[in-house]
Amino acid sequence: MTIDHPVALAPAERAVRLLGGDLTEKALALHLDGLAGVDAVGLEQRAAGLATRSIKTSSKAWALDTIIRTCDLTTLEGADTPGKVRSLVAKAVTPDATDPTTPRVAAVCVYGDMVPYVVEALGSLHGDPDAGLVSVAAVATAFPSGRASLDIKLADTREAVAAGADEIDMVIDRGAFLSGRYGLVFDQIVAVKEACRRPDGTYAHLKVILETGELVTYDNVKRASWLAILAGADFIKTSTGKVSPAATLPVTLLMLEVIRDWHRLTGEKVGMKPAGGIRASKDAVRYLVTVAETVGEEWLTPHLWRFGASSLVNDVLLQRQKLRTGHYSGPDYVTVD
Amino acid sequence: MSFLEYAPAPESTSILNLKSEYGLFIDGEFVDGSGEVFDTISPATEEVIARIAQADASDVDRAVAAARRAYDRTWSRMSGSDRGKYLFRIARLVQERSRELAVAESLDNGKPIRETRDVDVPLVAAWFFYYAGWADKLEYAGLGPNPRSLGVAAQVIPWNFPLLMLAWKIAPALAAGNTVVIKPAETTSLTAMLFAEILQQADLPAGVVNIVTGPGSTGQALVTHDDVNKVAFTGSTGVGRMIARQVAGSSKKLTLELGGKAANIVFDDAAIDQAVEGIVNGIFFNQGHVCCAGSRLLVQENVHDEVVDKLKYRLSTLRLGDPLDKNTDIGAINSAAQLERIRTLSDTGENEGAERWQLDCTIPEKGFWFRPTIFTRVSAAHTIAREEIFGPVLSVLTFRTPDEAIAKANNTPYGLSAGIWTEKASRMLAVADRLRAGVVWANTFNKFDPASPFGGYKESGYGREGGRHGLAAYLESAGREAPAAIMASAASATTAASGGRKKTTKKAVAK
Repeated sequence: MTIDHPVALAPAERAVRLLGGDLTEKALALHLDGLAGVDAVGLEQRAAGLATRSIKTSSKAWALDTIIRTCDLTTLEGADTPGKVRSLVAKAVTPDATDPTTPRVAAVCVYGDMVPYVVEALGSLHGDPDAGLVSVAAVATAFPSGRASLDIKLADTREAVAAGADEIDMVIDRGAFLSGRYGLVFDQIVAVKEACRRPDGTYAHLKVILETGELVTYDNVKRASWLAILAGADFIKTSTGKVSPAATLPVTLLMLEVIRDWHRLTGEKVGMKPAGGIRASKDAVRYLVTVAETVGEEWLTPHLWRFGASSLVNDVLLQRQKLRTGHYSGPDYVTVD
Repeated sequence: MSFLEYAPAPESTSILNLKSEYGLFIDGEFVDGSGEVFDTISPATEEVIARIAQADASDVDRAVAAARRAYDRTWSRMSGSDRGKYLFRIARLVQERSRELAVAESLDNGKPIRETRDVDVPLVAAWFFYYAGWADKLEYAGLGPNPRSLGVAAQVIPWNFPLLMLAWKIAPALAAGNTVVIKPAETTSLTAMLFAEILQQADLPAGVVNIVTGPGSTGQALVTHDDVNKVAFTGSTGVGRMIARQVAGSSKKLTLELGGKAANIVFDDAAIDQAVEGIVNGIFFNQGHVCCAGSRLLVQENVHDEVVDKLKYRLSTLRLGDPLDKNTDIGAINSAAQLERIRTLSDTGENEGAERWQLDCTIPEKGFWFRPTIFTRVSAAHTIAREEIFGPVLSVLTFRTPDEAIAKANNTPYGLSAGIWTEKASRMLAVADRLRAGVVWANTFNKFDPASPFGGYKESGYGREGGRHGLAAYLESAGREAPAAIMASAASATTAASGGRKKTTKKAVAK
């Protein structure tokens, strides 16, 4: 690594604005290493405090619908087939056939090669979640490890975008980050963002997965969050779901604090996506509380907030049924997808 | 309605089974008081919760006599392990009835149920568990072999943590082999009465704990009573001084835990977001009704704006209102008198030139409420930087160097607690070393643990509560006076004084 290796500048506008035009790895490192530290005990205590909020009646009903509306219904298995993906799309479009008031999920999240099947299955329902439609998200860049050459990562990304993906979930190179090569990580995010560009000049939304379970310390998570935002991330995302621990409330709180600080600094709103390990409605509601009390409840829309989950939706549906009918049903009354 | 407003989530009061009137608890029974009965109200609604008996001098006399009898006949003769069993039983009963105690405390004191449920009541149980463990190990308390109990302890406690302060006082006293007459604060007697029921459930021998309710005059009759061996007081420095004067020249042993004006020091290398949480917890916990509250924020000048900015943003998410709602962060001020004091001092702050910022929130129509308040541009000479406000009011001062921070932090007649926020451990230790405060928290604030001693420097009082040190307030060294007793008790594994009441020659520690 050469200290003053110049960093590619293309869509790295944010970094240029904050750190100046002569963007070098050294300037980047000075900035990231100069961020205020994170006190682990204090952070976890705050997260535990937020988890004690008691969300009842009308607030609970709104929260349950919001969880569905902001959910990326996900399947990321080696065993995925077109049939499995079509069934997931059906679930995304009609989560609960017994209750037509149930909102649709925000997006269906799959591996790149499954994107054409999702697009086909969605048909006219493919579109902006704000309009009640369902987006297509694809993981790319040699997900989940990210261990491939940049060319392969970019090709992976371009192919998914060309096939109709509206959103790309990329992974950062954790090895490069942990060895202090911030410039390399930065360059790759910038390049992937560029690969998200469609022929008409618009971009697929870029979610940058930090894989916080491999970064381990909160200080690292904070630096990586800043790094991803500076490089142009539309969303920052905790995890692939393939590494344990995946999303936790303290990590999500910390990343939201970075998003809040960025917003206060620049007025720009960056999205947040915790992924992996959130299975119960009760836990998901705690995440909503954390969003509302950290960055404000205007973040609770599909363009700024997502849950990456597969089994969560069914638990939310059971809770919705309970609110509607007054009694609990069971797992046989919601569909497996 | 926005999501952030959160639908009401009230804790039900149906678990409470309150009587309309409570007597004094003397010799294991509820008895009528001789003084005029008074109301205890909910500070959130001003509604009467129950009527409380008032003890006059004759009632105090009866209570002390009962405590003396219990000391002579039962408690001082009981083995430490047996005393421990009673304390363990009390601790378990507190846990079993924790929800009821939390609801009653919120109702009577005005503090949020979130705090009574998660802080006050769990700590009460922890205190009894902790000192239960000490009861048969007193020879390791640092006072030499076979330390002796003192006799009857007169204890007067404040209204800010009614049940917790009761536990802080009663648990070590009983573990050490003393009997107790305790007086709760006038506005917050309710949980002490529920605690008396717990003592009955626990089958604690009659007279070991006696509870007399009433105003300051009841407390005065208690601490000046001739047959009391130990006085323990938590409350204001003014009353503490008075008690010290009254006890001076007697053989009574005295511990005082009084006011504070703690400095919470934020260095520029602190973890700012967590420091902001700590500042909030330091001053807005329990509406600022905390003697060790971090009421003076000393923030390094180069991060002042960022800290204050983040603090205001964070405060905007605090919700003030019904103490029994599970989402309430800021409850009611305990009494009209306290509210008036907070108002007066805040107005003084403004008049002296400090800049007031208050949370914009709806104030309920009834009850006593004060908006969380931050004063900036405060200088060390301002009244609000010197006097204890005992409310949700934070004074923000700045400093430039560690030396200046230490000088400003120590520039107060008090010395109960202090806080340091820095990611640099060497600075943390160096600064802590030079702060003249009984408790110094680093990268946290308002943390309590029964194993940790708590108490003040200077006008914040003397003596320590909690931990091994807390036992010293209720024991005296056997010295060389009674070698026979040592031998006898070592043989029978009895740890408390077996000789009954001591005509002690111990000097009062009032300085």
